[in-house]
Amino acid sequence: MPALATFELTKDYAIGFWRKRPYRALHGLTLEIAPGEVFGFLGPNGAGKTTTLKLLMQLVFPTSGRAEILGRPLGDLSVKRRIGYLPEHPYFYDYLTAEELLTYFAGLFGYSGADRRARASRLLDEVGIGAERRMQLRKFSKGMLQRVGIAQAILNDPELVIFDEPMSGLDPLGRRDVRSLILRLRDRGCTVFFSSHVLSDAEALCDRVAILARGRLAAMGRLTDMLPFRARGWELVVAGVRDDTVAALGNRVRRAVRLSEGHYLLDLPPDSLPERLVGELTAGGASLTSLNPIRQTLEEFFVEHVTAPEAAGAPRGLEPRAGRRP
Amino acid sequence: MKATAWIAINVFRESVRDKVLYNLVFFAILLIAASYLIGQLTAGQDVKIIKDLGLAATSIFGLFIAVFIGIGLVSKEVERRSVYSLLAKPIHRYQLLIGKYCGLVLTLVVNISIMAAALYVVLAYMSWGVSPAAARIWDAPALDPALLKAASLLLAELSIVTAIALFFSTFSTPMLSAAMTFGLYIVGHFTNDLRNFADLVDSPAAARLARGLSWALPNLAQFDVRADVVHGVPVAFGYMGLACLYAAVYVAMLLAISVLVFSRRDFK
Repeated sequence: MPALATFELTKDYAIGFWRKRPYRALHGLTLEIAPGEVFGFLGPNGAGKTTTLKLLMQLVFPTSGRAEILGRPLGDLSVKRRIGYLPEHPYFYDYLTAEELLTYFAGLFGYSGADRRARASRLLDEVGIGAERRMQLRKFSKGMLQRVGIAQAILNDPELVIFDEPMSGLDPLGRRDVRSLILRLRDRGCTVFFSSHVLSDAEALCDRVAILARGRLAAMGRLTDMLPFRARGWELVVAGVRDDTVAALGNRVRRAVRLSEGHYLLDLPPDSLPERLVGELTAGGASLTSLNPIRQTLEEFFVEHVTAPEAAGAPRGLEPRAGRRP
Repeated sequence: MKATAWIAINVFRESVRDKVLYNLVFFAILLIAASYLIGQLTAGQDVKIIKDLGLAATSIFGLFIAVFIGIGLVSKEVERRSVYSLLAKPIHRYQLLIGKYCGLVLTLVVNISIMAAALYVVLAYMSWGVSPAAARIWDAPALDPALLKAASLLLAELSIVTAIALFFSTFSTPMLSAAMTFGLYIVGHFTNDLRNFADLVDSPAAARLARGLSWALPNLAQFDVRADVVHGVPVAFGYMGLACLYAAVYVAMLLAISVLVFSRRDFK
């Protein structure tokens, strides 16, 4: 049984002064997330990510299609006990303290007084704002509110968490903390479904990702399938090499960039056997600075799929294009 | 039920920390205390003036609390998106709405009690040391328990106003909700005139419209017994019971409509 599944989920909003004009924010989204998976939901602004998450949380209602969470239809109260949700740019009650807010939310799950306080205390420590537990939320910075938002989302030890832009408003340390938290949640067996603009986070955390563009699913799959391990070339940096030696390499290098006197960056084709070239150059007196494989990044993959004309058409093959493979 | 009560307690807790509330209560108490000075300017009517001004201040500031905090219950919560985290918890939307309503009514009960207590303190100070002969010219005793009847009916009236504010805030912006609630409050004090108007007009369509509106709009004038209490005219418990029943039915209907609107609302 998938942790989360959507079936042709579609959402139209009525826009215009008389609300007569329909605007399709989400076109027939079908996806499935396995238990224990960390799933990234990527897409540019206005792609329909937040609409999808709001549909799952029943903050908006679908025009057509359906979805299931933990095998139950949306709106089932028993499911809400087993999931957590962090909205985008969370905002809470100005005059409550962080501890009171979490105690309040814990009460809605039916936890007893002692359990409520213990959970609030533990989670505020876990998200790094334990020292500010008795400060009113109106005095919190955006990043601190984001941490409170994350704490309230995992208050009930959920089986599935849905995070809408969890890194938003966080400084580099905060982002590192949230990344570790997501990994800890995964280690506990929790399924994590999060939307993000930050591709490096998705690359570091996700088992699978889906890319949404203009309300349509543009691509979905495992990162290892999307971004092949095989290198598209090599980037070799050498020092102490003579200019005429580089010129003599001819078509063995795709591009040579002179960084400084005797210091070159060489772009090698994938089948160039870089170890042999390194041997030849070092035998001639050069020294190796670095040698790195060139692989397609998630950012390149994302840009390719989001800007592709098909992104505006019907959902297409979920595999990366064969033509881009080395 | 438990979740609803928990939401109500939280609304109360947040409301009593709101500086707007403190300011309103402070000014109400200041006005009640100032009525003592104004009472000094009148000959033999001081107790009556203090009661009149005191009850008026309680009514006006109670109205401000009901409207300004009432509209914030839902519309501000939606505007600031704090409702997103709340609705992700295992609660129904109707529980959120009813819990918020009960929380504000609880806030009103506490605040009106404080204002009524302040009025009794001023009246006690005023009547302290007054000879029984001098007190005999008053229409009603200074510490008349009937003041509590006026305060109770005011609370019933404000519970309707709160339900109106809540209803508008389920689909409208805070500013518009406040304007419409104040508008209905004013109209609500003239529904009897609307009924009389229906009897006077020649056009049957206009009469039907006026009569229909007079039944649909809240009749808030019936809750105003200030003049009776101040002049020592008795207010029957039967009358109070009927007025409270009317308030309960009206509030229940408004909450039911609010729940219907709120349950299908998209939070974009």
